[in-house]
Amino acid sequence: MQDIPWGVLVILLPVVGTLACFLCPRRSVPLGLAAALGVVVCVAGLGWQVVEQGAQRYAIGGWGAPLGIDLYADGLSLLMLAVTAVVGLGISVYSTSYFEPGRSAFFWPLWMFLWAALNALFLSADIFNLYVTLELLGLAAVALVALAGGADALTGAMRYLLVSLLGSLSYLLGVALLYHSFGSVDIAILAHRMEASPAVWTAMGLMSAGLLLKTALFPLHFWLPPAHASAPTPVSALLSALVVKASFYMLLRLWLEIFPLSNSAPGQLLGLLGAVAVLWGGLLALRQTRLKMLIAYSTVAQLGYLFLAFPMATSIAWKGALYLLLSHALAKAAMFMAAGSILYFGGHDRIADLDRVAQRLPLTLAAFGLAGVSSMGLPPSGGFIAKWLLLEAAIRTGQWWWAIILILGGLLTAAYILKVVGYAFTQAEVTHEARAVPVPMEWAALALALAAVLLGLFAPWPLALMEIGLPFGVEAAR
Amino acid sequence: MSHVFLYALVGVGLFTLGLYALIVHPHLLRKILAINVMGSGVFLVLVALAARTGGAVPDPVPHAMVITGIVVAISATALALALMLRVQTETGQARLPEERIE
Amino acid sequence: MIWDDWLPLLIVLSSLSVGLVIFFLPEDRVATRTGLNLVGALLKLVLVGFMLWGVFQGHQYETRLPLLPGLDLVLRADPLSMLFVLLSSVLWLVTTVYAIGYLEDSPHRSRFFGFFSLCVTATVGVALAGNLITFVLFYELLTLTTYPLIVHRGTEVARRAGRSYLTYTVAGGALLLAGTVWLYAITGTVEFTERGFLSGLDASLHPVFIIIFTLLIGGLGVKAALIPLHGWLVQAMVAPAPVSALLHAVAVVKAGAFGIVRVVYDVYGIDFAAGLGVTLPLAILAAATVIYGSLRALFQDDLKRRLAFSTVSQVSYIILGIAVVGPVAAIGGLVHLVHQGVMKITLFFCAGNLAETLGIHRISEMNGVGRRMPWTMAAFTIGALGMIGVPPLAGFVSKWYLGLGALDAGQDWVIFILAGSSLLNAGYYLPVLYAVWFNEPPDAWSDERYFGRHETAWALLVPPVVTALLTLAMGLLASVPLSPLYWARIITTLEYLP
Repeated sequence: MQDIPWGVLVILLPVVGTLACFLCPRRSVPLGLAAALGVVVCVAGLGWQVVEQGAQRYAIGGWGAPLGIDLYADGLSLLMLAVTAVVGLGISVYSTSYFEPGRSAFFWPLWMFLWAALNALFLSADIFNLYVTLELLGLAAVALVALAGGADALTGAMRYLLVSLLGSLSYLLGVALLYHSFGSVDIAILAHRMEASPAVWTAMGLMSAGLLLKTALFPLHFWLPPAHASAPTPVSALLSALVVKASFYMLLRLWLEIFPLSNSAPGQLLGLLGAVAVLWGGLLALRQTRLKMLIAYSTVAQLGYLFLAFPMATSIAWKGALYLLLSHALAKAAMFMAAGSILYFGGHDRIADLDRVAQRLPLTLAAFGLAGVSSMGLPPSGGFIAKWLLLEAAIRTGQWWWAIILILGGLLTAAYILKVVGYAFTQAEVTHEARAVPVPMEWAALALALAAVLLGLFAPWPLALMEIGLPFGVEAAR
Repeated sequence: MSHVFLYALVGVGLFTLGLYALIVHPHLLRKILAINVMGSGVFLVLVALAARTGGAVPDPVPHAMVITGIVVAISATALALALMLRVQTETGQARLPEERIE
Repeated sequence: MIWDDWLPLLIVLSSLSVGLVIFFLPEDRVATRTGLNLVGALLKLVLVGFMLWGVFQGHQYETRLPLLPGLDLVLRADPLSMLFVLLSSVLWLVTTVYAIGYLEDSPHRSRFFGFFSLCVTATVGVALAGNLITFVLFYELLTLTTYPLIVHRGTEVARRAGRSYLTYTVAGGALLLAGTVWLYAITGTVEFTERGFLSGLDASLHPVFIIIFTLLIGGLGVKAALIPLHGWLVQAMVAPAPVSALLHAVAVVKAGAFGIVRVVYDVYGIDFAAGLGVTLPLAILAAATVIYGSLRALFQDDLKRRLAFSTVSQVSYIILGIAVVGPVAAIGGLVHLVHQGVMKITLFFCAGNLAETLGIHRISEMNGVGRRMPWTMAAFTIGALGMIGVPPLAGFVSKWYLGLGALDAGQDWVIFILAGSSLLNAGYYLPVLYAVWFNEPPDAWSDERYFGRHETAWALLVPPVVTALLTLAMGLLASVPLSPLYWARIITTLEYLP
């Protein structure tokens, strides 16, 4: 058990899945599902290894850093892999029934490839490998958005592609500057050699800007709602839940491990932008008339919360933000999946005409409701734990204004989530013809929503996991 | 090393030029070209910064990075061009909705 | 002993599991659903009885589960929680019977009873909460589980009432959470401790404690219907009668009042709170609510709306009793927690009977109903007289102690409030009673249903009669051990005496 290179398998298995699905399109559904289950097993194996032996470093091909590519698994990357695995499994199950038979031939290879890129990103130990995996991720995501066809999806995908490339290039320029300054791209080595200089500040600015663009922080969020709302539902789910989190993860790694934060001005700026995102995204979500657009703007708002940890920069704040990331991934995927089921059911997703979905699709509404509970930060859910931690951090550091943003954001979220629920209970004026929703779709959404709630009841374990290895193991002293 | 510095500066200049073009020009093909120019700028910076003092052989690691980058850029450009053609087919113009000519 | 660790959790989970099963029952499995409901309610009552017996034997029941590093989910049995949990369990059984009768042939009963059971779970969790964060957790859960009950009918009116409810309660929950986190961040603990845990801390924190007190009371006051946060209560009357009975007598308003008692006694401590100067404003606010509720009730013609404003008024008696710093008044307030619950539920049951059997919603339509529905109206009479404070009913006991306690504590103005309120109560209950018994009935009721020789269905008749008898019993037998008064005395002794 100890010697199996789970880290490598976690990346290799989805790649094999991609090839298999691409070569045998008629069997892509069972192949994809099998690959998904396999990845979950591999992540569990890696998790066991990390818990038993501490952070793992694996040199691919036997060559080590600085010339070779290393894979590094600590508590943080493990949690990212785990949430990706759970959400990925849910999305895979959902997609088995979502697409019309025979129309999913391109979805599965692309989805498997995206998953491989994600796993590789979370395990990367140097900043250039992060660039490569980020690009792969972006290209796969764009292709998936474009799958839906139609003017909205295609233009959304085009805009997303341009934005993605811009972000990556900005990041790469930063990598170039860092390499030139310190002679290595390995994260651990950079952390060791780091010292402030104009080149480093420029690099930090460029890399952050690129990653902020990809994480859709206000005011760079404009590309997200059109792309996420017009994509096919499983794609919307994986975009909001996983893909935007990858660039945030990179930002976290860079800021916590590499960049010296001697003064807090950049942190305060990020916090401010995050706060604006929370309020702006929330207000816009409230004004939407279509469910998927509402959920997309909700993503913009929830991503804003993540950035509130930067000005506070204490262990509790980082843990709160991370916990929010995990809960949001589960909850947002569930929410999109529920919206997709509703769309499938009634042929539309106009909020005012939801027409007693509560009676007719109780499981789906339960999924949406539970996911909403986590998004609102109400107990018992992972979102509540995250909110508690962030509030505690805000009060302890004396930066109480972030606490006000958290409270207001929660109220805004409640407003738009509960608006949808209210309409779902009420009879619309015109009853719509309904199409039965396949069972896997409803249950996949509900399972992920329940996972988000369970995160609220079993918090001590993920929180303890965060402490293994860098960067929170180091931060624990703070 | 001033001529190396000059190369790097040109690279940054290309990056900036590409960024400007990306934002300003509405036609998708121009935007794609702008991205490519930006990419070339970054690669130039990488290559320039690979130089070592005293006439020694340049550092090969940034060269490897540039080659990887070029491959990625080509794939991305291919995807972008294919998407642009589809947008043209669906909407009649190779422009994003906010920049359409009506 | 394994029971000591897990019984509180079992009590909470007993209705959760029943609720989850009921959600999945097909609509037409009436017998199964009824059986499950009753079994669940009885099981809970048995478990609570077992806990009560155990507490007398000296067992310490506490379930402690890790929630966050450094913060646990705590469910504990102490005298105050026993008071509330007993009230909830008994009234739950009664309301379940009533709801089964009331909703016969209504659509979506599985969904209704599923959320009904979840609502109990939340209420019992609130009662047994051993620290502030557990309290907040179940308090918010209560909001979430009562909302579907309010919008159950699926009409536009119901949706708007639900929206109003949520606006108030979610905002209140946010205030409560803010206060709790702040308190935790400063003091490092939120455990409910007898006499509070704040008095030993640095005096420079006192202004902060006053602000936190305001936040907490604000958050709790929404559910407890303190003015000006009471608006949701009247709008929520659009819900079916069992829901109104539940919300107003057992679950939601009581949770708010109970929370205020917990904050004042087990977080701040009554002496410390008095020292900070927060008890007098609270008492004034409660007194204002008492009068305002009674005044508004006078002008309502819709029966349920009149009862709703009466609730607004009566729940503040509890808060008034606590805020008047003195053990006797505290006894009055605490015992009224139970008494008001039983009396108000009686009244709501009767209102529901009138609506279901005769289609009556307005007081102006109630002339001579006493002849048509004697048992129901007898129960109504007992409940109404209890509310006014007529001896030997339960309401009299509460008001007696409140009055005595006010004099004892030197807060003589409270007597005027009590007297004024009782007069107003008489003003809006007595005319109803007169009309019911002594006026001529109309030729035909608007929407009459016949139940053979009985005035209404068994399931609708028995609950109000039972609760009316309880009202009588609690008044007559108030000095008997294990009466609500007995418990109130114990709680007060623990809080006040050194």
